[in-house]
Amino acid sequence: MSKTSSGTLYRGHEGMWSWVGHRVTGVVIFLYLLVHVLDTALVRVDANAYNAVISTYQTPWMALGETGLVAAILFHAFNGLRLILVDFWKQGTKYQRQMLWGVMILWVVVFAGFAIRHLSLAFGGH
Amino acid sequence: MSVTIPAPRSQRIDPKYKRGPKSRSSFEMLAWLFMRLSGVALIVLIFGHLISNLIVGDGINAISFGFVAGKWADPIWQFWDLAMLWLAMLHGTNGVRTIINDYAEKHSTRAWLKGILYVATIFIVVLGTLVIFTFDPCVAGSTLPQC
Repeated sequence: MSKTSSGTLYRGHEGMWSWVGHRVTGVVIFLYLLVHVLDTALVRVDANAYNAVISTYQTPWMALGETGLVAAILFHAFNGLRLILVDFWKQGTKYQRQMLWGVMILWVVVFAGFAIRHLSLAFGGH
Repeated sequence: MSVTIPAPRSQRIDPKYKRGPKSRSSFEMLAWLFMRLSGVALIVLIFGHLISNLIVGDGINAISFGFVAGKWADPIWQFWDLAMLWLAMLHGTNGVRTIINDYAEKHSTRAWLKGILYVATIFIVVLGTLVIFTFDPCVAGSTLPQC
C-alpha cells in the first residue's frame, strides 16, 4: 500500500471493501437479470424452446454459476440492509464495521444452507 | 528573487472542478430514497422467488414451461413477478447509472453509455411486462392437458 493511502479513515478498510463488493455484485446481478428476462420471454414464443434453454440451467456447471449468483444476491441484500442502517439509524456510522461482520456471518450461514440444498438437487441427490 | 511556478502542462482537469451549476431538482435525493425502499421490497420479492423456484419441492429440476404456466395461473405470482421485474430493473438501472457517472469522465462517453443503458432497460421492462400479461398456456409446443 502506498504512503498516501495509509492513515486515511476509509481507503483500504472494511468500508471501502464493502462498497467495492456492493458495486461488483450489483453489476453481476444486473447483467444476469437482463439475460434472465430474455430466457423467460421464450415462454411467449415456444414451450419447447423454453424447456430447451431451461434444461441448460439444470446442468451441474450452470448449478455452480447459479450458486455463485445467489452468493452475490445474498451479499448485496444483507449489505444493502447495512447501508440502510448506516443512513437511517443514529448509531449506524458508529457500528458500520460491526454490522459488516454481522453481514458476513449471516451471509455464510444462509449461503451454506442454499448451496447444500441447490447443489444436492442439481447433482442428482435429494 | 521571486519563484516562478510553471503552468500545469497536463490537459486533464479533475472532474470536481468541472461540475455544472448546482441543480435545484430533488431527482438525486429521490433516486437515493428509491434505492433504499426498492431494496427492501426486492429482498422480500427475490427471496420469495428463490425459495419457490429453487428450494421447495424438486427445486431447479422442476422448472419447465408447465411450472411457469402453473405459477402464472395465479394472479398473485403474476403481480409478484411484475413487481420484481419493474423494481429490479429500475434499481439496477439506477445503480449502473451511478457507476457510469463515477467512472466515465467525458460528457459524451457518459451520455452514450447512459443512452445504451436506458434503451436496454426500456426494452427489457416492456418485453417482460408483455410476456407476463399476454402469457398463453397453449402457445406453440405446449403439451398442457387443457390445450
